[in-house]
Amino acid sequence: MAQSQTTIPVLEEHLPIPAVAEGALSEPRSFVAKPELQAKLGFPGELVPDWEKKAVDKLEELLGKYRGLRVYLDICVKCGACTDKCQFFLGSGDPKNMPAARADLLRSLYRKHFTPGGRLAPDLVGAKPMTEAMLEEWYTYYHQCSQCRRCSLACPYGIDTAEISMAAREIMDCIGRGQKYTNEIIAKALEIGNNLGMKPPVIRNTLEGVEEDVEDDTGVAVKYPLDVEGADIMLVVPSADFFAEPHIEGLIGYGKVFHQAGLSWTLSSYASEAGNFGMFIGSYENMHAISNRIRKAALDLGVKRIVFGECGHAWRVAYSFLNTLAGPWDFLDPRYPVPQHICELTLDLIERGALSLDRSANDERVVTMHDSCNIARASRMGTRPGGQFDIPRAIIRASCNKFYDMHPDTIREKTFCCGGGGGLLTDELIPVRVAGAKPRMQAMKQVMDRHGVNTMVAICAICKSQFTKILPMYGFDSDMIVSLHQLVGNAIQLGAKE
Amino acid sequence: MSTLTVLYAILFYVAALILAGGLAWRVWSWFKTPAPLKVFLSPAPLESTGAACRVMREVVLFESLFKSSKWIWILAALFHASLAFELLVHLRYIMVPYPAPFALVQAFAEIGALGLLAGIAGLWARRLLIDRVRYISGLSDHLMLALLACIATTGLTMRLVAPTDIVGVKAFVLGLFLFDWQPLPGDFFLLAHLFLVACLMIVLPFSKLLHAPGVFFSPSRNQWDDAREHRHLAAWNAAFDAARKP
Repeated sequence: MAQSQTTIPVLEEHLPIPAVAEGALSEPRSFVAKPELQAKLGFPGELVPDWEKKAVDKLEELLGKYRGLRVYLDICVKCGACTDKCQFFLGSGDPKNMPAARADLLRSLYRKHFTPGGRLAPDLVGAKPMTEAMLEEWYTYYHQCSQCRRCSLACPYGIDTAEISMAAREIMDCIGRGQKYTNEIIAKALEIGNNLGMKPPVIRNTLEGVEEDVEDDTGVAVKYPLDVEGADIMLVVPSADFFAEPHIEGLIGYGKVFHQAGLSWTLSSYASEAGNFGMFIGSYENMHAISNRIRKAALDLGVKRIVFGECGHAWRVAYSFLNTLAGPWDFLDPRYPVPQHICELTLDLIERGALSLDRSANDERVVTMHDSCNIARASRMGTRPGGQFDIPRAIIRASCNKFYDMHPDTIREKTFCCGGGGGLLTDELIPVRVAGAKPRMQAMKQVMDRHGVNTMVAICAICKSQFTKILPMYGFDSDMIVSLHQLVGNAIQLGAKE
Repeated sequence: MSTLTVLYAILFYVAALILAGGLAWRVWSWFKTPAPLKVFLSPAPLESTGAACRVMREVVLFESLFKSSKWIWILAALFHASLAFELLVHLRYIMVPYPAPFALVQAFAEIGALGLLAGIAGLWARRLLIDRVRYISGLSDHLMLALLACIATTGLTMRLVAPTDIVGVKAFVLGLFLFDWQPLPGDFFLLAHLFLVACLMIVLPFSKLLHAPGVFFSPSRNQWDDAREHRHLAAWNAAFDAARKP
């Protein structure tokens, strides 16, 4: 497989800006969705007749729907400020992973059909018609963008390549060229209710197992309720939290928090997924359908609050879009934000003294935090801008004694993507994921060397999965990556407040 | 009335129409396109005034650029400040009477032009010397710099080497505004300077120079963060609510 051919970058003291290496990542290509799969999402199974024209028509439709797309295709001056910001470029040197160049793949088609300059003097402004070669480049390089928005932060006009890559993927889906990994997950979320396709009995079974484990471990019967009508809080978690490591340790932690605070809560088997891969392919229709499962579950269970677990892109959709997609939330308790992040809830409980935490329980850990890109640059927690950075850190500091941040250029709003976000978390893209992880690995190694850091906290299911896989490839221990609520769960003294 | 005067008068009317019409068309296309999802880049201001300030900081101070690339910021600041200064210098051709305080800038006109050329040279050097920037540069990017460099050079030449009849130029310019055409002095550098400026006016609405009005319309910068408090519906996505069960 691709994995065996992947060369692992050597980590230096500082991250160098690589020389341009054309075609460095032109090989890795994610699997194309089969016709049956495409049909489940309402897309054509294979390239439609006249697909070149259909692509232009779809672009025109999207230009009429999203102001950002139109403005961002018009105003790039090619200043170069973004060119050394994308982790996929920094890890590979492939120039098509420079944001301005990535955007140009779509911009050239836009210029050709929607600007006078492109019609009159195409060569002068880089305008090109849709061809098989263009489609191939789109497919390759728009699936090497994790939609993390680090380029938008750097851009003097805020040009957001995430908007452009979402549009390109939607166009490709609509002409019959979808990506298997993402579309398979969307199909499962739509059919079954979560990205992993876990049916209600499986989830129930898992939660019972978790209850047994926690009771064995602590001697306290912490409940992990499913589909309890009339509960106050519906917790929506990424489905990886039900079984993957280290995700499930986070789930255990959420349950302990609710238990000690005495809150009435439930999970839902119908809305058993916080994630929403509809965003990755720019599909409002699919994003809307997945989001509205949460609305329906909240109505059916009669809950008063909705709380989201640790997941990056899920929190972007939840925080920034859920009100638009699935609101209004007039049937929920107006005293709480809708939705609320588990970190907001946990820190509030800590500050009110409702949790009994013993930091020394995590004394074997020296902790750092990886800010997840979607949480950092596309959402908020709490009442102040930047709460998405300060709230998780406040929880970490309340749960352990030793915490060190990584280099300031690699955290908070300047954070890197883990390298697996935006629909790239699939094995055939391992070379891309390894390249994309390099800046984070370098920054992490720096605090390991300086402060003896041995633990990296993430609050995103994709980050956790990506690092679990990639850390060993860089020679680090895969157990280094932990859920934030794993630290909380370790530190919480369950007997103390009984 | 010489043929030259007539040609240049027509050129500038056409250029002005294209500039105004083209800009209006582009800005209208942005304005009428909905922004149905909140895509502010966080941390973002929580209120509209904060978002307006954020956009103004981008426009006046190039805040994001300052944070992301000091070299580009220095060169871009030099270029844009010099350009703004030269526009100020050129106000004397359209202001009647020309107030004395405005005339003070005339003493520094050459410095402004040199600053403009230095900025252009620096930005161009980056485009040629840095492999990443060279890769993303197209022919039009180089031509745009060439156009600006030629405008600055011809202007500076008139200042330093081959002065033109600026009283005649002012009469010509005012004549255009009043539709009472006056003869245009026939000096080579003046004609070249004016021709290139007209070219700039014509290409502006169809080129990357749109970044000037475009930055005001960038959702990642001009939206404020009230996503949990308010729904954000455009006509097309509001229609989804109706199709929804319960």
